Amino acid sequence: MATNIVLVILTTSIATYLSRFLGVVSSEKIKETSKIFRWFNCLAYSTLAALISRVVIFPSGALSETDYLLRFLVIILSILIFYFSKRNLVYPTVLSAIILTFLNGYYG
Amino acid sequence: MINSKYFFKGFSCIKRMDSPAIALGCCFIAIGALLKNLGFSIQESIFSTLLTYALPGSLVMAESLLVGASLVNIFLAVWLVNARLYPMTVSLMPLLMHESQPRWKYYLSCHFIAVSAWLIMKSNYQTVEKENRIDFWIGIGTATWSFAIIGTIIGFIASDYLNKDMMIGLAIVNPVYFMCMMIGAMKTIQIGVSVILGAILGPAFYFISPEWCILYGGFAAGTVAYFVGENNGN
Repeated sequence: MATNIVLVILTTSIATYLSRFLGVVSSEKIKETSKIFRWFNCLAYSTLAALISRVVIFPSGALSETDYLLRFLVIILSILIFYFSKRNLVYPTVLSAIILTFLNGYYG
Repeated sequence: MINSKYFFKGFSCIKRMDSPAIALGCCFIAIGALLKNLGFSIQESIFSTLLTYALPGSLVMAESLLVGASLVNIFLAVWLVNARLYPMTVSLMPLLMHESQPRWKYYLSCHFIAVSAWLIMKSNYQTVEKENRIDFWIGIGTATWSFAIIGTIIGFIASDYLNKDMMIGLAIVNPVYFMCMMIGAMKTIQIGVSVILGAILGPAFYFISPEWCILYGGFAAGTVAYFVGENNGN
């Protein structure tokens, strides 16, 4: 790993800030009632959903060491817990980690 | 300069029922541990979270470092994975802009745009009148950003005690939190179709291009959702 870590961090942060910065520049001309705003709203939600389901279905890092059926099972259980707990976010998040750690230790 | 009443109203989102604290904490603990294993010092790890504050970007950075990628390659890979921040910014900032507020606030606070803060702001912006929304947003951003930094420090320190199974457990928390938040946000036809189609098309496009699948899938799903919504009264 010969690359300077500080330079890598700066490169990563500039590449990240760029999209945010350009977003603010474009926002100056966009009204919240316009059609283009509604279109971008759809794009933002759909891109996020695409990112999250990609992370679950084709993960990298620690999650890639688990079976995909286990990941699916945990996601479905978490959504059910979310509904049954009247949309509480604490239960599904905490329980998902415990269930996956347990199942992976047992069947993994 | 910044109205403290609205700033603290935003900041206190971290204590609410839909608080991102657990999800943020877990994923940045994982990042802190990962960066330590990559050979980062604690200062460098904090610096990384402080300046980037977008999880998929930090993961790509870590992966690129492992394979010894060049700076140009790292720049392109991170830009590609974080390009989703562009539509997120465009769909948030017009809600916060007001002529009485200085422009620098928007250009500085756009750094806080990441999934957790964005989802909270999108579901709460109507509770604050438009001219104060930017201060409310800066409060939410500061709270989530601070939590991310604390998570990174804890992860860095705790990395020796985290085994593989615990890292796997930590890694699932973030997608679960975001998925539940998105399901909670599906209140209009447009957002509902965007989320469901996006979740299907994102992985589907992976078979065509693993690098571009999020942007292709997101673009296709969002555009279809927009027209479906427009033709059915949003």
